Amino acid sequence: MSKPYYESGDLKKFGDIAEFEPELAAKFFDYYGSVFEEGELTAREKALIALAVAHTVQCPYCIDAYTEASLQKGANEAQMMEAVHVSCAIRGGASLVHGVQMMNKAKKIGM
Amino acid sequence: MKETTLRSRGHALNDPGEQLEILNKHTPRMCTLPRFEQMLETSGLAPLRPTGIDIFQMNLGYMCNMVCKHCHVDAGPDRKEMMSRENLEQCIRAIEEMDAQTVDLTGGAPEMHPDFQWFVEQISKPGRTIIVRSNLTILVTNPKYRAFPEFFKKHKMDVTCSLPFYNKYTTDKQRGEGTYDRSIEALKALNDIGYGKEGTGLPLNLVYNPAGAFLPADQTALEADFKNNLMRKHGVEFNNLYTITNLPISRYLEYLLMSDNLDDYMEKLVEAYNPAAAAGVMCRNTISVSWNGILYDCDFNQMLEMPVETESSRHISDFDAETLMNRNIVVNQHCFGCTAGAGSSCGGATA
Repeated sequence: MSKPYYESGDLKKFGDIAEFEPELAAKFFDYYGSVFEEGELTAREKALIALAVAHTVQCPYCIDAYTEASLQKGANEAQMMEAVHVSCAIRGGASLVHGVQMMNKAKKIGM
Repeated sequence: MKETTLRSRGHALNDPGEQLEILNKHTPRMCTLPRFEQMLETSGLAPLRPTGIDIFQMNLGYMCNMVCKHCHVDAGPDRKEMMSRENLEQCIRAIEEMDAQTVDLTGGAPEMHPDFQWFVEQISKPGRTIIVRSNLTILVTNPKYRAFPEFFKKHKMDVTCSLPFYNKYTTDKQRGEGTYDRSIEALKALNDIGYGKEGTGLPLNLVYNPAGAFLPADQTALEADFKNNLMRKHGVEFNNLYTITNLPISRYLEYLLMSDNLDDYMEKLVEAYNPAAAAGVMCRNTISVSWNGILYDCDFNQMLEMPVETESSRHISDFDAETLMNRNIVVNQHCFGCTAGAGSSCGGATA
């Protein structure tokens, strides 16, 4: 079988992106670290948001990472699934709300 | 599927030697992990030495009314090991001789020991903390055990109980169907007589441990979540939440192997090694006595049958605080469980 596009082990190599361009990588990881620090939002709330976004962008690395992070920050399975539903609702809603645009156009050119 | 003990299944992991073999060289990845002793050396803590004997912990026996998936004792209804009256008397002698300030009673379900009440009556005195590690469900099992909270109260015992989460799904997944509802019933009964309520001097502490192959959340944050949720959902109050990391032994080791999580979990523990947590490990101020009187550095070493190093004081009948204070603590790869992240002990996070 040919090598799959995604390898779960590659997540651990995320930091290796610095090899080709260290300065931007350093800035990014520094920023990334700050984003996930406890702030006005708790670390757990941020992990759950990240989990929802991970599903929206359908990044398997992020899903792995933030499933574990959410559990490790004290979230439970039901909360995590609710977060996925939030992602789904926004994503589905984003398609559906464009139905208004479709209707506008259809009404304009229809009789 | 209903959980059963490794012992009743004649499982290979029933043998502590097999567990140690797995922890040390089960896979090529595990062979490459640093040794716990090496990590202690880099932290300037090798050999690991006691700081005192502040906690006299006794495992009264491995019998339990429950069979939890993660149990490091492999406790269950079929386990018959129980501390003899003779060993209990030897423990009393040691407790009085050293004037132990904290006596920590664990099991199995320590309440199931027929001499539990007699023993507590012998050692109970003002200024001495006696902790009972209760699984909660035993306290609503039958009229005999329903009377125990009043007994705890009479002797002002600290009640420290297991509750892996503030919901049914996670709790029952780890500890068996119906556990959550029965635990809440027991917590309410304890609250009703003053446990966990401010100003009563009756401490009710909960123990959280992850229901899976991950590290515990921050203890303070999780305690706040537990308090909010248990109050909102059930009107239940408690004092402290202790987060405990699952150590990769016994039935939890079985779970790690069966779910193919062992390598990743061990790596996680090693990566999260925290020198501050290593300095605060509970084996430095605890002695653990097993049902058959043998002395261990901790309850985990007890399950792995790794007794204290001091041959001349290795049984409760030869208990000698001075000798024990001069021992080197016995360690192995499972110890990474107590030094990961914020650390882990019977009293929760250590760093």
